[in-house]
Amino acid sequence: MIGRMGKFRALFLLGSLALILSGCGKENLTALVPKGYGSEASMNLIILTTVVMSFVFLAVIIPLVIVLLRFREKKGQEDFIPKQVEGNQTLETVWTVIPIILVIIMAVPTVIATFDLADTSEASEHININVTGNQYWWHFDYEDDGVQTSQDLYIPAGERVYLNMIAADVTHSFWVPTISGKLDVNPENVNTLYIEAYEEGVYWGKCAEFCGPSHSLMDFKVIVVSPEEYEQWLADMGNVNPDEVPGDAVAAEGKELFEEKSCMGCHAIGDSPGQVGPNLTNFGNRTTIAGILDPTKENLVDWIMDPESIKPGNLMTGKYPDLSDDEADKIAEYLLQLKETDVTPESAGN
Amino acid sequence: MSLAATQKKGFGAFLWDYLTTVDHKKIAHLYLAGGGFFFLLGGIEAVIIRIQLIKPENDFISAGLYNEMITMHGTTMIFLAAMPILLGLMNAAMPLQIGARDVAFPFLNSLGFWLFMFGGILLNLSWFLDGAPDAGWTSYAALAMDSPGHGVDFYVAGLQIAGAGTLMGGINFLVTVVTMRAPGMTYMRMPLFTWATFITSVLILFAFPALTINLFLLMFDRMFGTAFFDVSLGGNTIIWQHLFWIFGHPEVYILILPLFGLFSDVFSTFSRKRLFGYTAMVFATMLIAFLGFMVWAHHMFTVGLGPVANSIFAVATMAIAVPTGIKIFNWLATMWGGSVKINAAMLWALGFIPSFTIGGMTGVMLGSAVADFQYHDTYFVVAHFHYVIVGGTVFGIFCGLHYWWPLLFGKILNETMGKLTFWTFFIGFHLTFFIQHFLGLMGMPRRYWVFLENQGLDLGNLISTIGAFFMSFAVIVFLINIVHTAVKGEKAPADPWDGRTLEWATESSPPPYYNFKQLPLTRGLDPLWIEKTEGKGHMTPAEPLGDVHMPNGSFLPFLMSLGFFVAGLGFIYQTDEKLWYIALYGGMAFALLMMIIRSVKDDHGYYIKKEEFEREAE
Amino acid sequence: MSHDHSLYPETMPQNPEKATLEGKNKFLGLWFFLGGETVLFASLFGTYLALKDSTAGGPSSEELFGLELVFIMTVLLLTSSLTSVYAMYHMRNNDFKKMQLWLGITALLGIGFLGLEIYEFSHYITEYGFTFRSSAFGSAFYALVGFHGGHVTFGICWIIALMIRNARRGLNLYNAPKFNTYSLYWHYIDVIWVFVFTVVYLMGKVG
Repeated sequence: MIGRMGKFRALFLLGSLALILSGCGKENLTALVPKGYGSEASMNLIILTTVVMSFVFLAVIIPLVIVLLRFREKKGQEDFIPKQVEGNQTLETVWTVIPIILVIIMAVPTVIATFDLADTSEASEHININVTGNQYWWHFDYEDDGVQTSQDLYIPAGERVYLNMIAADVTHSFWVPTISGKLDVNPENVNTLYIEAYEEGVYWGKCAEFCGPSHSLMDFKVIVVSPEEYEQWLADMGNVNPDEVPGDAVAAEGKELFEEKSCMGCHAIGDSPGQVGPNLTNFGNRTTIAGILDPTKENLVDWIMDPESIKPGNLMTGKYPDLSDDEADKIAEYLLQLKETDVTPESAGN
Repeated sequence: MSLAATQKKGFGAFLWDYLTTVDHKKIAHLYLAGGGFFFLLGGIEAVIIRIQLIKPENDFISAGLYNEMITMHGTTMIFLAAMPILLGLMNAAMPLQIGARDVAFPFLNSLGFWLFMFGGILLNLSWFLDGAPDAGWTSYAALAMDSPGHGVDFYVAGLQIAGAGTLMGGINFLVTVVTMRAPGMTYMRMPLFTWATFITSVLILFAFPALTINLFLLMFDRMFGTAFFDVSLGGNTIIWQHLFWIFGHPEVYILILPLFGLFSDVFSTFSRKRLFGYTAMVFATMLIAFLGFMVWAHHMFTVGLGPVANSIFAVATMAIAVPTGIKIFNWLATMWGGSVKINAAMLWALGFIPSFTIGGMTGVMLGSAVADFQYHDTYFVVAHFHYVIVGGTVFGIFCGLHYWWPLLFGKILNETMGKLTFWTFFIGFHLTFFIQHFLGLMGMPRRYWVFLENQGLDLGNLISTIGAFFMSFAVIVFLINIVHTAVKGEKAPADPWDGRTLEWATESSPPPYYNFKQLPLTRGLDPLWIEKTEGKGHMTPAEPLGDVHMPNGSFLPFLMSLGFFVAGLGFIYQTDEKLWYIALYGGMAFALLMMIIRSVKDDHGYYIKKEEFEREAE
Repeated sequence: MSHDHSLYPETMPQNPEKATLEGKNKFLGLWFFLGGETVLFASLFGTYLALKDSTAGGPSSEELFGLELVFIMTVLLLTSSLTSVYAMYHMRNNDFKKMQLWLGITALLGIGFLGLEIYEFSHYITEYGFTFRSSAFGSAFYALVGFHGGHVTFGICWIIALMIRNARRGLNLYNAPKFNTYSLYWHYIDVIWVFVFTVVYLMGKVG
């Protein structure tokens, strides 16, 4: 019983400490408040192992404190020679056997969860999305529905989504802490991760495998909408006409520049051919520019004029002719008007 | 050289002495000086990293430079600071602890040091030449192949040379322990530090070749166009990860096991009590080392190896907690009922227990594969391995330096400054790293040059940086302490701590260059303690006074290493300019020539005559 | 106390190579070193096994290898192990001349092996255009077999250097361990070759 009490107290102490330190972090970024199948499985094990380990910590600290209180060298007894003890079979057995039991307590649920999260046998019955990790952006290909997009991954709430991931250059790692633990995105093989988000919302995703100078800027979003909105989004995205000229005159000029200044060579809109850079079909709906900046026109112009200053080592720098401020402004206007669907991050609730 | 040669010499002679020495005690000095220098360098890099992360979206240094900093911080601290300092401590104490006059291969010992030193210099030259390596200390192959310039080439060449030196050191210690033990010093009477040195050397022997091959593959891919990691030609970058961690995980134990041994000796000495459960301690060390080779893939849970591999490695990882737990409880039991004297050395050992326990706890937590999907490559991992390597290895190094300073330099470090160092370092350490567990779980991956605003990560990072300043202060106090002790420190007696083991049984601190005039006779565990409590108070000689065989000093290790250093530069730059092949082949040929000289010349060493000892005694 | 290392028939110890502490240390040190070498080769074997089917459209192992040549190489190298045993036998009998003779034969057999290996490699390169840049399989093949070949080359240089340096000195307690460690190393290289033969050539041809 004392052991159990110790466990709960340790859990309480640790939990409250975490809360005091700074809440549990941002609610759509932290792994500490799970809102998905994978993150919940991880959190269960995090709690279990933390509780067991806190018990061990106390078992070490209490004797240490007693030693420091009771067995210090006493004044005037510097020559005292304590009894020389070789060992104690019983004690040593106890602190061998108890850890073995504790390890078993942690190992069994770990193995069960490991097999559960790696089970992709039902992938064909669910939504499959191909994910490609690039230096420093993410590409999402809804192959079955003929839809492509980048940076913002739309998925329906409460449904399993299988992500088939590969890297185009170096190793990356796909991590949306609140929804799921991470899985590496390797250049040589497809790794499949399934995720299931419980609640609608916009969740932060991060690259978790060191991939170069802008590794820390390779953020993306997972936008969880209702299943109906998801279907709507797919339909809207599938109906985009890349050749449609915007009604707005500035934006129309922007579109011409977009083609003229070779932007189109890399960036696709709808099913136009560019596949080197991020797909821009629903750019006007994006939560961010380049994964990190607020989606304002000013930021977009800055990005177009000098991407290197924002994302060092990116592959866009130097791939297109110099632009005047005016030209960049027009292209920005065009891009920000690319709102092909009514299903936007706002639909997800935040 | 004779006994008379110990008189005062000029600086040139002093320098020449150290450049050519094969005396394990002087090589220990060299290792500590070299390792200490790189420790300061790695520390400065750490502070720069923490300053960059003091606030969100900071622009203190650029992304490229930041990546160079983290790469060099990790590489320097592990290969060029921690390991050499440990090899220094081993050199200083282990031969004395087994009652030997020297190591088995004094020449190799010196060669090992110079290879490390030149490898370290080569690696750090990259700062001034082409920019430092920037693919992380793990240098995962896809990114390493993608890295422009010569940075990663310096990583490859520098570590290859330094690694060869470490391997030699390991073989030398292994043979020394097997063949050089003094009469009566059976295996099960060896101090735990000697045991740990022995087992660590086994780890070095079996772990480093995997790194050698891995570096070789990367070198050929980068410099000669092979396709080991080139996916378009069928290469596979996961091979790098496997080989790296087959080396890398034992490496972690290489860094901690020697200190486990040291702490065992220190707890025992300053509790005036025999080590509790000696046999269990020895076998626990062996078990940890053995398991250390079985768990490498726990660094790769997120690679996608499949549930079978992940489960096996998860369970094996958790199993390491058992022998480690045995050790911690045996240390507590050693102090239990003892007369615990708390001085600077003991403070580090006491501070180690809670710090390392936390590191071990998070280690088990990381071993739970599914939980690791959240921890992996975040600040949680950064916190974990700093708790192990700083809380274990660095605490242990400070403990060892305070404990063996008399053995090394004949003086005792200032206690007040020692305690100040400990407390500021201890507080700073926990301040820096404890919060990082939470930063990781709150969504901060490691190796992030900047973190963004409004992600709830600001306060934690600020606290962490403040902690780093505390640790820097502690290190500065320690440096002042060294200078102060060198100038004003009190001369230490031969046995300043009421020691139990043979390194305190020589005639003076520091010991004479021949260690023991007559080899001591060991009658049990803690041989000096036995003689002090049950015998005559000093060691009984195991042999009559006679001639003592000593090895000759040699300048060849320095020259050989210099040859490899030049060849390393040749390897790096031949991709730009074919003329560098001259350096490549020239350096190799020079090193080979030195080896031939070494082989062809008979080197029988020299003898200190019995008469010289007798004359000196008069 | 005598510090003379020369050997005379009447004072000749049973095992001159292990009669001194230095000799014992060398013997043991080389054993440990070979332990490390095992990991070295194991890493290369692992790499080879992982990449042996990654031919990237280039020639595969079935198309490349011919077992006849490799069989002759195997015979040469295994015989050289036997001749080095004879050499050590004569060392223990303090017969320096015969030892040198058998060591010479060992070296010649090693050179024969190396010559055939160089022929084999150049055959692959000229006939098939199969180099260490062709594919990951090519890289792994040349790395593993070449690393072994490098060890053979080193062994040959080592023994020739030993034979020359001791030609005038004769056998003594100082250099006996040197010959002994060489012979141990040479056996080890043979054992590795048996694995190379099995894993690379036999398995490459059959499965």
